[in-house]
Amino acid sequence: MALQFAAQRLLLLKETYVVASRGVATFKLPELSYDFGALEPFISGKIMELHVTKHHAAYVNNLNNALAQYAEAESKGDVAKMIALQGAIKFNGGGHVNHDIFWTNLISPKDFRPPSGELLQKIESQWKSIDNFKTTFSAASAGVQGSGWGWLGYNKGADRLEIVTLPNQDPLSTTGLVPLLGVDVWEHAYYLDYKNVRPDYLKAIWNVVNWKNIEDRLAAAKK
Amino acid sequence: MAFTLPALTFEYQALEPYVDTTTMQIHHTKHHQTYITNVNNALEKFPELASLGIVDLNKAVGTDKIPKELATVVRNNGGGHWNHSFFWKVLTAPTNSNGPSAELKAAIDASFGSMDDLKTKFNAAATTRFGSGWAWLGMKPDGTLGITSTPNQDNPLMPVADDHLVPILGLDVWEHAYYLKYQNRRPEYIAAFWNVVNWEQVNANFTAAVGGAVPSL
Repeated sequence: MALQFAAQRLLLLKETYVVASRGVATFKLPELSYDFGALEPFISGKIMELHVTKHHAAYVNNLNNALAQYAEAESKGDVAKMIALQGAIKFNGGGHVNHDIFWTNLISPKDFRPPSGELLQKIESQWKSIDNFKTTFSAASAGVQGSGWGWLGYNKGADRLEIVTLPNQDPLSTTGLVPLLGVDVWEHAYYLDYKNVRPDYLKAIWNVVNWKNIEDRLAAAKK
Repeated sequence: MAFTLPALTFEYQALEPYVDTTTMQIHHTKHHQTYITNVNNALEKFPELASLGIVDLNKAVGTDKIPKELATVVRNNGGGHWNHSFFWKVLTAPTNSNGPSAELKAAIDASFGSMDDLKTKFNAAATTRFGSGWAWLGMKPDGTLGITSTPNQDNPLMPVADDHLVPILGLDVWEHAYYLKYQNRRPEYIAAFWNVVNWEQVNANFTAAVGGAVPSL
């Protein structure tokens, strides 16, 4: 009887104190489907190279570091440390997710094609025209205070597109919308080319938007 | 009375090689000017708010002294105007950058241990401010010195700030403050900043704070 109780207690202890091992993901910088210079003259190769190999790379490295520290804290049951790391995971995880999407949203101007299909239909029904949509999106993005992003998102429940801006590297997932198009308005995204004139960057970028990618994202979201 | 762009006490190239000429030019004539234009426009129909002066306007951010529809534009642009006006005064040519007064040094040692410790803490605050913002050295209500950072164009004068300090020294860590020369290398910019600190002004700011006043612009 005593042995049975002891065995049961050992089992309980094991469940409480032995932390199951979880897979720790290692995130990687993606490869772009175009050269750094491919978006010229609208976004310079110099910006693209810095943006990918320095800024995005830093988010990836910092995210991996934060997650490694998180795993270690978790294995020690250090909840305070786990909570303290959540800011870093949000900043850098958001930074990674956002830039991952952004690179696919862009295309060389020589491969540019205008929007079509359901995406075009939805844009026209909600904003009357592509031009009006672009003006509205650019105005919202220009108005971001400090660092942040402009987003075109898909509201699955309402089957509607929405324009939303978010601060810093907050990912669109925090709003429940599916990201279709993100435009980085952190100064690092445009300063070397456009200096303080963010609206000029937001006019130019429409020449390198990959509408096909946005259409594909919408189609995938609707599945 | 509308706010106006203050003149710098140095030429745009005076902070080379630590802060480049083009950055100083754009920072002053474009970024700072835009904050002034925007806050003037916002307060055009509210002369009683404009007449508060820029310090009291900042001290009113987050209070109901400022109508709801103006709250954001005043926070961002009234904050931006005070922050940059304050910033230009704590910068000077490297040959003119001396050191803290005996009183300030004593306060630094008492609050942080040493100048090196101050710099380490200040640099950490400036490096880890995510996104746009500022790092500050200031005087706490209890008279000791403290370090904080604020997002966007907030500052420690504002009721909305996490830490309420009377600012003595500040550093702009928005990317526009350093990107042309340093690109992503913000820590390098922060380290370079110490070469162009106008300690005369910082000492005067400290003296004002000791006397219970916000440094004058």
